[in-house]
Amino acid sequence: MSLIMEINNLDKSFGGLSAVLNFNFRLEQNELVGLIGPNGAGKTTVFNLITGVYKPDQGRIIFNGQNIVGLAPHAICARGIARTFQNIRLFNDLSVLDNVKIASHKNVPYNFLAAIIRSPRFFKGEDIIENEAMKYLKIFKLDDKKDELAKNLPYGEQRRLEIARAMATKPTMLILDEPAAGMNPQETKELMNLIAQIRQDFQLSILLIEHDMSLVMGVCERIYVLDYGQIIAEGRPEEIRSNKQVIEAYLGEEVE
Amino acid sequence: MQIKNKFIRFCIDVLVLVALFTLVQYIITTGLLDQYYQINLVSMCINIILAVSLNLINGFTGQLSLGHAGFMAIGAYASVVMTQMMDQPFIVGIILACMAAALGGFIIGVPTLRLKGDYLAIATLALGEIIRVTLQNIDYVNGPAGILGITKMTTWPWLFGATVVTVLVVVNLINSSYGRAIISVREDEVASELMGINTTKYKVIAFVIGAMFAGLAGALYAHFFYIIKPETFNFMKSFDILVMVVLGGLGSTTGAVIAAIFITALTAALQSFPAIRMILYALILIVVMIYRPQGLMGNKELSRKTFGRIWSGRK
Repeated sequence: MSLIMEINNLDKSFGGLSAVLNFNFRLEQNELVGLIGPNGAGKTTVFNLITGVYKPDQGRIIFNGQNIVGLAPHAICARGIARTFQNIRLFNDLSVLDNVKIASHKNVPYNFLAAIIRSPRFFKGEDIIENEAMKYLKIFKLDDKKDELAKNLPYGEQRRLEIARAMATKPTMLILDEPAAGMNPQETKELMNLIAQIRQDFQLSILLIEHDMSLVMGVCERIYVLDYGQIIAEGRPEEIRSNKQVIEAYLGEEVE
Repeated sequence: MQIKNKFIRFCIDVLVLVALFTLVQYIITTGLLDQYYQINLVSMCINIILAVSLNLINGFTGQLSLGHAGFMAIGAYASVVMTQMMDQPFIVGIILACMAAALGGFIIGVPTLRLKGDYLAIATLALGEIIRVTLQNIDYVNGPAGILGITKMTTWPWLFGATVVTVLVVVNLINSSYGRAIISVREDEVASELMGINTTKYKVIAFVIGAMFAGLAGALYAHFFYIIKPETFNFMKSFDILVMVVLGGLGSTTGAVIAAIFITALTAALQSFPAIRMILYALILIVVMIYRPQGLMGNKELSRKTFGRIWSGRK
């Protein structure tokens, strides 16, 4: 196994508030790691720092041997990091198919001029894009809904479409922000099987935030626990489960 | 089979266009279309170009620009300087008009497109006015008095060609992967950026192409109406174009074309009551906003598919 991402001493504060402090993190090739913590602990901030939405005040994010701090989000995506959003952000007024097609734009197989004059290369390229997009829709069982507007999909399918769209950018690392939020237990179980499957099929490394503890404990190989912007524990699920600090900071609160 | 279908459709499109062109050319040469209607025909084509190009910026990219008349002015002046002062042929004037307006769009777009919504609207409004005031203070183009006696070069073939090219470029662009990238900026800029789309780049591309066609419209305008002065291209002109885009439906090229035709016809019909024209403008906008806030066409297009559906519905 080789290291795909390493984060050293990452800091980010908003005004006087330290959102993330001295954050250290490692992700191996094909590993599934969870990031948990109470509300407001800074989990989504970490995601935004990795994907370039925020610029860190300090620290390094090494992805495949290169520092990606300071790159624009689209450039980070081009290097192979894709994500979904805690509050779904689909292209609402576009069809399901177009949502996925847009994600493959970074590998567009024809140039601007070919698009304007509609050369044969354009038509061939559009076929490639469409087949590719359909491939991802099939994996996520959305192929029969390809012409629906994204906003008209039921909630669970919108979540799946977000992952399908992220996958269409051909990432090597996938970041999922609460993928099972708002899903019922059955849907959650199916989603987790799906995630496990794409992880294997595409040799993905996955980092996920999730509030459903049974789910996190069940699928993650390693877990980081974040509280007030700092890592308070790291380890295998069973270690986390029995970690006193974690129980105090997080699990204790939830039981209460 | 599929390729054959595409080819047949292409042939039908060409035939329809050629027929339309020849028909209008015929009624112009036989004198059936008098001066008054010719002027309206010219305005109609110019307005279609302006509305379709502004719709690319405002409707598809979702960036509210209020400076479209400024780019039209750049195109008008650039072409007139070429044809009248440097004695170049019309085509050189047109090409330079497009290039100058595109360059203007680039220079204005790069710094302002980082602004969003109303901030961008105000910035583009101001920059449009800056273009106008700058022209007013350049003696080479006669300042506020403008340039008189421009040779009439805008003929029906030029107008028709320019309108078709504008609509085709915008439609083909929007229906490609580049167009989807542009639309995704409107839908959700953050998500678009995180799906690997360089949103700044596509905003600037849309802005530059929109500005370029506004420049084309300016060149055609200048070479039909004999006279151009900075005042013609004030913010009211930008506002006129915006009305067409909003009326037609933000993000619908068909809507922009229909609204441009409608507004031109309405203006012509109200020519003798210029005072009421603006009141009616306002009234129409208010009524549309109340009953059809998404515009006449929403973000839908009239296409072969739509006609096919209507056809099969009848059967």
